Amino acid sequence: MRLFAALLVLVQCLFSRMVLAEEQYFTVVVAEPYLELHTGPGRGYPVFHVVDRGDEIEVIKRHTDWFKVRTARGKKGWAKRADMQQTLTTTGEPTQFANAGFDDFSQRRWEGGILAGDFDGGDLISAYVSFAMTQNLAIELSASQMFGDFSDAVIGTVNLVAQPFPEWRLSPFLSLGTGFIYTDPNVTLIDESDRTEQISSVGMGVRWYLTRRFLLRAEYKNHVIFQNKDDNQEINEWKAGFAFFF
Amino acid sequence: MESRLRIFLLKLVCTLVLAGILHGCSYLRVDDAPNDDTDPVISPELERRTITEADIDSEDFEVGAFVGVMSIEDFGSNVVYGARGAYHITEDFFAEAAIGRTKAGDTSFETLSGGAQVLTDSQRKLTYYNLSLGYNILPGEAFIGKGHAFNSALYLIAGVGNTEFADDSHFTVNVGAGYRFLVNDGVALHVDFRDHIFKSDLLGNNKTTHNLEGTAGISFFF
Repeated sequence: MRLFAALLVLVQCLFSRMVLAEEQYFTVVVAEPYLELHTGPGRGYPVFHVVDRGDEIEVIKRHTDWFKVRTARGKKGWAKRADMQQTLTTTGEPTQFANAGFDDFSQRRWEGGILAGDFDGGDLISAYVSFAMTQNLAIELSASQMFGDFSDAVIGTVNLVAQPFPEWRLSPFLSLGTGFIYTDPNVTLIDESDRTEQISSVGMGVRWYLTRRFLLRAEYKNHVIFQNKDDNQEINEWKAGFAFFF
Repeated sequence: MESRLRIFLLKLVCTLVLAGILHGCSYLRVDDAPNDDTDPVISPELERRTITEADIDSEDFEVGAFVGVMSIEDFGSNVVYGARGAYHITEDFFAEAAIGRTKAGDTSFETLSGGAQVLTDSQRKLTYYNLSLGYNILPGEAFIGKGHAFNSALYLIAGVGNTEFADDSHFTVNVGAGYRFLVNDGVALHVDFRDHIFKSDLLGNNKTTHNLEGTAGISFFF
């Protein structure tokens, strides 16, 4: 009996802690005449409930531009960001949720993307992460893999990217980079061995802001590989792909 | 003397009681104050100048594992397994990175000839990675019985990657489609069909190979 009571107390403790945890959700007040709740995080999901003006709702989580909310009566549904933007905090201040719009494109900090293209006649896949130090200047880490007729290569570079017009929707940029290239000649060529060399590049490209946190990117780079032979090798690289920022 | 003391004590008690009442009132007043404030002053014309950056749990990333069957052109079908990570950029688009592993079987030539081997055992291992972009073409709800509705989506996906097979790297294009079924907001089940297309000169002439893959997987949002 005592054990049962102890268990009951424990369960109650757990429950009360759960209640406490639930109370920590951010609460907003509906300020527009009504707020629509959808059954899922997407524009096509049907509206199944309407929250009236003045009612409080708790914000449970976010998925892309949709917020899962809970009404005072315990109804859970998804509200879109544009509607959430029209709510007030419990103290009456307008709310502002992190947007993924064009304004944020010029204010972005982190950007990542995937590109494919041509590297001196070979196919190229490239992925990058970029951090904007200022609106105009970003530092970028890029990793690429090249598949050529005579050799395959892995390229890793650090780039400095200057974007003179960050507020343009179609925004050009210049880049300057350095790194290494690991070349693995194909098995049929016997007199060549694996090698790692330094590579430097100068390039230009363009970003095209598409929608929300999504953009297209195309660029050209002129590489110089510092080879152990007498001549340095010059290589042209073209690539295009998509990127997103957050 | 005694009555004076009594009066003094009475006065003392009265003062204490009064003080107590006043104190209680002040508490009441303090209690009342926030109640007044919680009544929101609603003015839609209000200029939007205050920015409150809410700390809301954002679940746009997804990681998971999958297992299925992959057919390598000329080398039969075998079990494939791998891991997948995705970032949901918008409600429509997501970026995905995947890595998978399978093993090639025997070509029909090897089976018929008896003992001849085109590839060694270690060369038969196939590992691929790819970076893809997906589009949720048919988002919707799936119903089980009368009382349960689950969010789901049919998506198209395409991307580029690398396939390591027979000691060689192959630039690989993948295209396919999949179905995502959300058990709840945090867990999803996947069924996915992909064609991995790459050029191979393994059996003499250089040709484009189609390597079909069908997998089932589970993933978690965070």
